[in-house]
Amino acid sequence: MDKVLFLIFAGIAVGAAANLLRSRHPIHSALSLIGVMGALAVLYLLLGAEFIAAVQVIVYAGAIMVLFVFTIMLLNAGAEVPTSGSMLARYLGIPLLALLLLQLVRLLLGQYPPDQASSFGTFVGPTEKIGRLLFTQYLLPFEVTSVLILVAVMGAVVLAGRKP
Amino acid sequence: MPGNVPITHYLFLSTALFTLGVIGVLARRNIVIILMSIELILNAVNINLVAFSRHLASVSGQAFAVFIIADAAAEAAVGLGIIIAMFRNRGTIQADELDLLKW
Repeated sequence: MDKVLFLIFAGIAVGAAANLLRSRHPIHSALSLIGVMGALAVLYLLLGAEFIAAVQVIVYAGAIMVLFVFTIMLLNAGAEVPTSGSMLARYLGIPLLALLLLQLVRLLLGQYPPDQASSFGTFVGPTEKIGRLLFTQYLLPFEVTSVLILVAVMGAVVLAGRKP
Repeated sequence: MPGNVPITHYLFLSTALFTLGVIGVLARRNIVIILMSIELILNAVNINLVAFSRHLASVSGQAFAVFIIADAAAEAAVGLGIIIAMFRNRGTIQADELDLLKW
């Protein structure tokens, strides 16, 4: 059951990601990215990470994608005109990319042989535990992240604000 | 209902999404789509973190996933601000038309 759900939603995620790269119009890409986020949220639920799944939907599919869609709307970006693709990219890029993927898969299989597949226990990450961890062991990174977000907010306002 | 999906499945999904994100960064010319591909790469990282959190029965991975999501939000805000400033100054968001530093 879990495996079937995993395969369905992993397929949706990869398909939507491929559609993100394929579609010429930015708004179609943004919608595909929302599809990826939604499918990944379901996978997080399968992994027992309820808090991460909720944050994924609220922050990623909600806040960040709204920002993207607003920017696309603001810039009124039309469809991208495909260039006449260089020969080098076609005949060197695709084999090199396949090589990269194969190397990554080989590395993973070397680390975790499939016959030694670990079955997950009944472990779930309760939100309370994550919060406790954030405010004890990871207190410093947590505070640094808050400073980072403050700086990002000021940077975004300065960069995108109207010039006097 | 205990999960019985081996961790390699999650790692392969993460690898696939990461590779697709790299293709997007390298192949697309619209800067907004390049930024979306970076979000895809960050999501691939998150899958790994949460899968290993389950694998090792430790909540630390999920705490790091929260940090990654916060960083992604900050990155999107600053990145889109830069894109808007760039569009205002240069009138384009195609990466190959921004060749001011090109000799």
